[in-house]
Amino acid sequence: MTELRTLQAITRALSDAMEADPSVILLGEDIGAAGGPFGATRGLHARFGPERVRDTPIAEAALVGAAVGAALTGLRPVAEIMFMDFITLAMDALVNQAAKARFMFGGQRGVPMVLRTPHGGGLSAGPQHSQCLEAWLCHVPGLKVVCPATPADAYGLLRSAIADPDPVIVVEHKGLYAMKGELPDPPAPVPIGRARLARPGRDATILCYGAAVHWSLAAAEDLAREGIEAEVLDLRSLQPWDEAAVLESLSRTHRLVIAHEAVEAFGVGAEIAARMAEVGFDELDAPILRVGAPFTPVPFAPPLEAAWRPDAARIAAAVRRTLA
Amino acid sequence: MAEPLALYRTMVTIREAEMALARLFADGEVPGFIHLSVGQEAVAAGICAALAPGDSVASTHRGHGHALARGLGLRGFFAEVMGKASGVCRGRGGSMHVADLSVGMLGANGIVAAGAPIALGAALAHRTRGTGGVAVAFFGDGALAEGVLHETMNIAALWRLPLLLACENNGWAEFSRSETQVAARLAALAAAHGIPHREVDGADALAVAEAAAEAVAALRRGEGPRVIEARTRRWRGHFEGDPQRYRDPAEAAEALAHDPIARARAAFLAAGGDAALLEAVEAECRAAIAAAIEAARAAPAPRWEEERMGAYAPAEG
Repeated sequence: MTELRTLQAITRALSDAMEADPSVILLGEDIGAAGGPFGATRGLHARFGPERVRDTPIAEAALVGAAVGAALTGLRPVAEIMFMDFITLAMDALVNQAAKARFMFGGQRGVPMVLRTPHGGGLSAGPQHSQCLEAWLCHVPGLKVVCPATPADAYGLLRSAIADPDPVIVVEHKGLYAMKGELPDPPAPVPIGRARLARPGRDATILCYGAAVHWSLAAAEDLAREGIEAEVLDLRSLQPWDEAAVLESLSRTHRLVIAHEAVEAFGVGAEIAARMAEVGFDELDAPILRVGAPFTPVPFAPPLEAAWRPDAARIAAAVRRTLA
Repeated sequence: MAEPLALYRTMVTIREAEMALARLFADGEVPGFIHLSVGQEAVAAGICAALAPGDSVASTHRGHGHALARGLGLRGFFAEVMGKASGVCRGRGGSMHVADLSVGMLGANGIVAAGAPIALGAALAHRTRGTGGVAVAFFGDGALAEGVLHETMNIAALWRLPLLLACENNGWAEFSRSETQVAARLAALAAAHGIPHREVDGADALAVAEAAAEAVAALRRGEGPRVIEARTRRWRGHFEGDPQRYRDPAEAAEALAHDPIARARAAFLAAGGDAALLEAVEAECRAAIAAAIEAARAAPAPRWEEERMGAYAPAEG
């Protein structure tokens, strides 16, 4: 086991993937000599050279479109979008091109590309640098979406994403980049589509991903002091998501709270709640509750942003409501 | 240098295939929307004549000609556009998405200018992998209003990628004259990016082929991207069935005077070519198209239950 930060785990995954496969290249704004806006590609430009670690102009539509064309022509590009908010500029390439090529060309070939991008608030970055927009991408057939919460998953999911034959969006939380954790030695890929049991419990299931995993663990700690044993299930992979693991947990706890930082309405939690109401109805002893952000843009001022973001207290309160 | 008879064969194939599609569309045998490139055949034929196996082409919504010129087979083509299971895309894409990755045809595209960054990425892949290949982005003059085309020109110029930007300037941006839509001239835009620009008569297949051969040779020498702007004419509407009420009848009639096939025929005969050779080519093209249409008619419609309609690669194991 090695202890490192999430950001270092990401750099390691990129480096190991580039080492293992010469068709892996990186594309993004300031990812070269500058080492990336958050430092995820630090050292890679020097190690692999400017042909494989390509600094692009500030041109999200063309850089993601080029990743599609490169992936159709024998490369495995890993594109970086500096803030998830900026994917709006690249949506044609993602939604109309990358997501559809395999299907609309009759299965001739897939688009083995990865798009890494950080989401999430907590940095007072304001309404255009803080959003969690992953639900949009989960709604598009042909895209896969993952969101790691730990350094080991940041490494393992990124390796699986790069090896995947279809386009994968790796959503990272910029508030977790500095968080430390253990990486197995040697580090291992993490399969896409499988949830992780972060904390076992018998009284209620808290299903979560990204930063909300850490709020959920804190909530479970608080609840334990009240004698409530909450299970925390880290979804990790949002599209496809691990329906069997959620149903299995629900069949033991009979109560489900779904927590994410993204706006609650029409979110990932809404889909999972609807599905569990359908296939898990007989297991439910209480209504499924969601904990997400209110239906407004992310505010800037620290007290406003803190009030806007879900937290451990709101998650714990939701668990208590399901048990009331 | 492209062989006149080969160019003629490609153009006749495109013309006859598209006129057959017009009839099939009118008869209800082609579902959806189709956009015909009739009158513009010399551009697809001339550009693609300069390409080698392994090169890549990204096309547009008016992409039948590019696909056929690049070597997409007639049977897979007609079956696809007619919505059959034996289509090159198994009936999932249709006219606006005909693609054959085995010949480097990265797809027609329903989104204006979307093929440009895809070709940019293909050019990047050729460079990075050291294949020696080049990529072509076909686009129309209407696409000059799309931001991603400008982003593509910028990156291609910065990285000196082997990308041929092939503009089919037919004067129309869908239902509007392109001069009402685009303030800049492509020549000036190319110059602003330091990209060599060459204008050719898009009704002259030999001229297009010569310009393309020169440009592709420069791409293969690593000299950076090139722009070819082919002045061409759109004979039919934006889409098939378009009543074209927006179009001046005099302009539409003038367009018909620029017939790349009649011009190639006259040039061939003037150079002492044998008319019987041209007629043999025409007969072969018509026969191949008729056979492809009959095969498509006989092919079963795709069934949802039988198709593996997955949007993802099948799971391993």
